[in-house]
Amino acid sequence: MSAALDVSGLTTRFDTRGGSVTAVNDVSFSVESGRILGLVGESGSGKSVTGFSIMGLVDEPGQVVAGSVTVDGVDLRSLSDDDMRKMRGSRLAMVFQDPMMTLNPVLRIGDQMAMAVRVHRKMPRRDALEESRKALEIVGIPSPAERLKAYPHQLSGGMRQRVAIAMALLHRPSVIIADEPTTALDVSIQGQILAEVRRLADDIGTAIVWVTHDLAVVSSLADDICVMYAGRIVERGTAEQVIGNPRHPYTQGLLDSIPARQEPGGHLPQIPGSTPQLSRLPSGCPFRPRCSRATEQCKSEPPIDSRDGQIVLCHHPLEGS
Amino acid sequence: MSKPLLTIDQVSKRFTRKPGLAERLAGRLTGGGEPVVVHALTDVTLEVARGEVLGVVGESGCGKSTLGRVVAGIHAPSDGTVMLDGKPITRDQRGTAEKLTTQVQMIHQDPFASLNPRMKVGETIAEGPRYHKIIPADAVSERVGSLLEQVGLEAAYADRLPHQFSGGQRQRIAIARALAMEPELLVLDEAVASLDVSIQAQVLNLFMDLQRNLGLTALFISHDLSVVRHVCDRVAIMYLGRLVELAPAKDLYERPLHPYTSALFASVPTVGTGKRVFEAIQGEIPSPINPPPGCAFHPRCPQAGPRCRREVPRLAQADELRTVACHLNDGGVA
Repeated sequence: MSAALDVSGLTTRFDTRGGSVTAVNDVSFSVESGRILGLVGESGSGKSVTGFSIMGLVDEPGQVVAGSVTVDGVDLRSLSDDDMRKMRGSRLAMVFQDPMMTLNPVLRIGDQMAMAVRVHRKMPRRDALEESRKALEIVGIPSPAERLKAYPHQLSGGMRQRVAIAMALLHRPSVIIADEPTTALDVSIQGQILAEVRRLADDIGTAIVWVTHDLAVVSSLADDICVMYAGRIVERGTAEQVIGNPRHPYTQGLLDSIPARQEPGGHLPQIPGSTPQLSRLPSGCPFRPRCSRATEQCKSEPPIDSRDGQIVLCHHPLEGS
Repeated sequence: MSKPLLTIDQVSKRFTRKPGLAERLAGRLTGGGEPVVVHALTDVTLEVARGEVLGVVGESGCGKSTLGRVVAGIHAPSDGTVMLDGKPITRDQRGTAEKLTTQVQMIHQDPFASLNPRMKVGETIAEGPRYHKIIPADAVSERVGSLLEQVGLEAAYADRLPHQFSGGQRQRIAIARALAMEPELLVLDEAVASLDVSIQAQVLNLFMDLQRNLGLTALFISHDLSVVRHVCDRVAIMYLGRLVELAPAKDLYERPLHPYTSALFASVPTVGTGKRVFEAIQGEIPSPINPPPGCAFHPRCPQAGPRCRREVPRLAQADELRTVACHLNDGGVA
């Protein structure tokens, strides 16, 4: 089965007066229909810019300089602006961290959803509203017909995020890019939304890229995980592989520093130092200065090490079990 | 338990918003126009022993930050009293309030907002002790240097400005500023929530080391259950302005008694392999402007009965060390 989304060698650069910064560096992955890929990283790792690059939403001074993005076999980078606009929202949709980035505060939910339906498909307004109602139903919004008449400010944060997800679903896209969509929500509401998202992938077969800093969320939600550091994917594999048997020292370090995995009150294993600035990356492996396994060899570009489909960018990967 | 350092006794905090002119006029026509009252805290009773770290956990709107602010003397309680070392904290007597500001120190969530961007960090740390004459003027710079070293930075950093530091380093500076006042009690309001996981571990380690070495007492407010379990001795769970469960951390995590606590634990994703089903709590958090009658959790509670809709459950002793506010533990829900 071919992948719904295929990203290959994607590289995004920001040329600023202070110099050129490669925010996304040779990123490759693919997501099949019905699967959820977790794209994990700390702040500044390039995970969000990767999402925006796939959507073709990187603004000046940023620019996608290399690589390809394919959705259902269509190469997005070869499309004209007009054709790309037709793809966005219909075959490919995005959910943002703040639902108010998606929702227009002065329009009723039903009005803006019907508008979004009719941008891509010619149909009477009445039918578009019915489509919208169905989408709200799918994401578990109670009394959806009533909610169509509400304004965004009348809904809670969790409800707004559900509406944003419902809007992304309107045209049954093959791919949804979700950028930290539950980060601002309370845990009980996050739990409800994660359950709905899992159901969307399983029942409707949407391919989902879930961008987040939260390893706990992806480990319970995602099928596959990519770990990003300083613009690159440093480890990629199934959730079982990456969480259960991490091979990159950075992934291992991240997992160890989560309090829930350690004895309460004990010293938490920590990664020394802080995330590097992209404009001042060390030569070779960018994780080198913080890595306990680093040697002279790490001053050269790290090689790709692959085992059972689990890929690591490291000179000295952990052997694991 | 020895004599508590902090005693919070039946504290309530209400925020009232007076209606504007237009609302009053509209109110005169329609019979509304009453002031809007937010019940941020209702009847909270708590004690914190000297040297103890008490976690305060809850979702947004549960009143955990308001509780921290009342303890730090930023808000005066609407009802009830807060006592530090047996002496009531009141805002009316100016002398007391000033003494209080030195005894309770707060560490905020956002180290980008809590440090003055135009003040050298050494000045930021020295300002409090200098004003309150806690250390002699000629010893200030030495003290600042040793505080910076205590939080894992270099003494020479005193001459730098906040923008030269990362988020984790800024939070260290905020901790140094709080410690400079030699406080009796620290209030940490989501102090690690804005940090990346790897940096969060560094700051938590620092906090635990300082807490043990200096015997600090702290109110650790957080929404993150795994962080709270790691650093706290006892944990208070809050829901819609009320305390619903209070227990030693170990007991609480092994066997939660309140249905809300159990539901909260069930909805938190944990790092592990293998698929899991999210057992979501149904429904949403009600508005603190118009809390439901009876137990505030009853509309979302799978075990609620008729009594839960009528009667507010009292916080009752469940065993020697723990208290819980639920009819299930106090005669049944029927």
